[in-house]
Amino acid sequence: MARNPVTWLGSPTFPNAARTALADTQLRQNLRKATGTIRARRASAVAEMPDWEALRLSGEAIKNDVLSRLEVLLPQLEEAVTARGGTVHWARDAEEANAIVLRLCRENDATEVVKVKSMATAEIGLNEALEEGGVHAIETDLAELIVQLGDDRPSHILVPAIHRNRSEIREIFQRRMGISVSDEPADLAEAARLYLRQKFLTTKVAVSGANFAVADTGSIVVLESEGNGRMCLTLPDTLITVMGIEKLVPTWQDLEVFLQLLPRSSTAERMNPYTSVWTGVTPGDGPQQFHLILLDNGRTASLKDTVGRQALRCIRCSACLNVCPVYERTGGQSYGSVYPGPIGAILTPQLVGDMHDKQAASLPYASSLCGACFEVCPVRIDIPSVLTHLRAEAVTAKGRSPESVAMAAAAWMFRDAKRYERAQKLGALARLLARNGKITSLPWPGSKWTSSRDVPAPPAESFREWWRKNRG
Amino acid sequence: MADARTEILNRIRAAKVAPAGPTPRDYRRTGEGGVELFAERVADYRAIVHAVSDVPAKLRELLVGKRIVAPAGLPADWLVDGVEWLTEPLSTEDLDQADGVLTNCAAAIADTGTIVLDAGAGQGRRALTLLPDYHVCVVRTDQVAASVPEALERLDPLRPLTFISGPSATSDIELNRVEGVHGPRTLEVLIT
Repeated sequence: MARNPVTWLGSPTFPNAARTALADTQLRQNLRKATGTIRARRASAVAEMPDWEALRLSGEAIKNDVLSRLEVLLPQLEEAVTARGGTVHWARDAEEANAIVLRLCRENDATEVVKVKSMATAEIGLNEALEEGGVHAIETDLAELIVQLGDDRPSHILVPAIHRNRSEIREIFQRRMGISVSDEPADLAEAARLYLRQKFLTTKVAVSGANFAVADTGSIVVLESEGNGRMCLTLPDTLITVMGIEKLVPTWQDLEVFLQLLPRSSTAERMNPYTSVWTGVTPGDGPQQFHLILLDNGRTASLKDTVGRQALRCIRCSACLNVCPVYERTGGQSYGSVYPGPIGAILTPQLVGDMHDKQAASLPYASSLCGACFEVCPVRIDIPSVLTHLRAEAVTAKGRSPESVAMAAAAWMFRDAKRYERAQKLGALARLLARNGKITSLPWPGSKWTSSRDVPAPPAESFREWWRKNRG
Repeated sequence: MADARTEILNRIRAAKVAPAGPTPRDYRRTGEGGVELFAERVADYRAIVHAVSDVPAKLRELLVGKRIVAPAGLPADWLVDGVEWLTEPLSTEDLDQADGVLTNCAAAIADTGTIVLDAGAGQGRRALTLLPDYHVCVVRTDQVAASVPEALERLDPLRPLTFISGPSATSDIELNRVEGVHGPRTLEVLIT
């Protein structure tokens, strides 16, 4: 099977990537400013809602219900979309999904497509796959455009260019658009408007993701801010939507929960500027060809894991990134995946599905387990518990490390009092290695321990020996 | 090899996820906010809000001398003199070059300062309210629902819906909201 493009080929493990990122003071300054702003705004948007906890509990329960009934809900969605003139495709993995999109582009003679920001298409590496097939994908979300024009990688789920400040964005726009522009956000937004306008008016095929799909009506929902989403969802002749199979809600009524949870958690707004809802094809309004691709790409493997599967409740708000002390310091690119931050640390390894992959296996350690992510999560994903669960899996996959051999030896020694005392006497000799009461370097296999921490020097006499002499 | 659909459904079955319990719904389904809260919250998102008793008079004041898209089904007395009204069929270029668009709406939400269009009479297909840079939307007070749940109940999900909360905006530069990107940069809401 091909490797899952959810992680970037050749990415260093998290600790190595983090070391490089931490040395970048500009990056840390940009992130501190941006996450600080959004944290304060989110807190006040949530404080307005006396029933916030009740909404979170409902959001959690609805998504758990979805995960337990995918077998029924997915065919139900398929039937509803088909009945309204849409075509539904199923894709087991990234490769299969990309091939379907490319085929549809070719059938429509499209050499260019406009794209609405979508995590699912970023996860499957769609742009790269299309480019190889001779189709150029134009990102139309402002932050995605900044990343694309800067030949950069995304570093945040909601705002992929969060690591760039206004003057860096100005520099990228001037260089790639051949224009002169100030670093005022309003002017930068205007530059993006002018740059993309003709593309919106003339491109015949659009590709989007989906925030939600309503199983009983077949309605697809996309939340956005700029209007680039509306452009893509309304003007082209053909619309191709790629969505993960977990994006469902059972009924139209269930949306009332998520339309309250998502905007406040994500952009800290009471409601995002634009939300589009469409069901199949509407004659005379919008694209007359609609294709929906239902994507697995590792999700069903995660579904098997009773602890890990809760990551599939995620609605991609990115609140957990904005409150994470690790993310704030290392930035998103250190995670080597389109899903960074706390949710990325639990979702990415599950989608990769191989704990022998050193990079993926390093992600569950990208956390201090402080729990801030769980507190803000609108669907109550217990990220710390999944992190520790995945750490255990990473350790098991690693097999017998020098540390685990040492632990097994210790267990043998502790089981017998005589053995234990002999070992203590022997251990007391280690004092000879100590300086200022600390041992900084032990011979192998002890070196595996002291390479990352010091050991206090053992006392000359053990407690047992002292007790025997004085009280025995 | 099985086809993708069969295989994905088989994988789901094999995961054997236990049924979830009943969904608690202890959140507020109704709200207390009325037209005043709606006006305040629409304005919060830098839309321009007017409470008006005489809609045609206000429209005259706002639109005279402009080229404005008029979807089918608007009340005849809103199509005031002195405005160049553009009616369907309209090409993408026509819409792009119009000065603005006038519509009514399907519902509005007080809690969030949102108007909802459903492509019905007086609103037209979605492109009409997207390409012109200026959108005037008339909201009747009885269309204002207090809460998001109350508004969804009034809407038909089988129609193409657009929820609009203020003019086009972005939070993509340093996570601060800036108004005015691809959608209409000026939104004017008339409450009557």
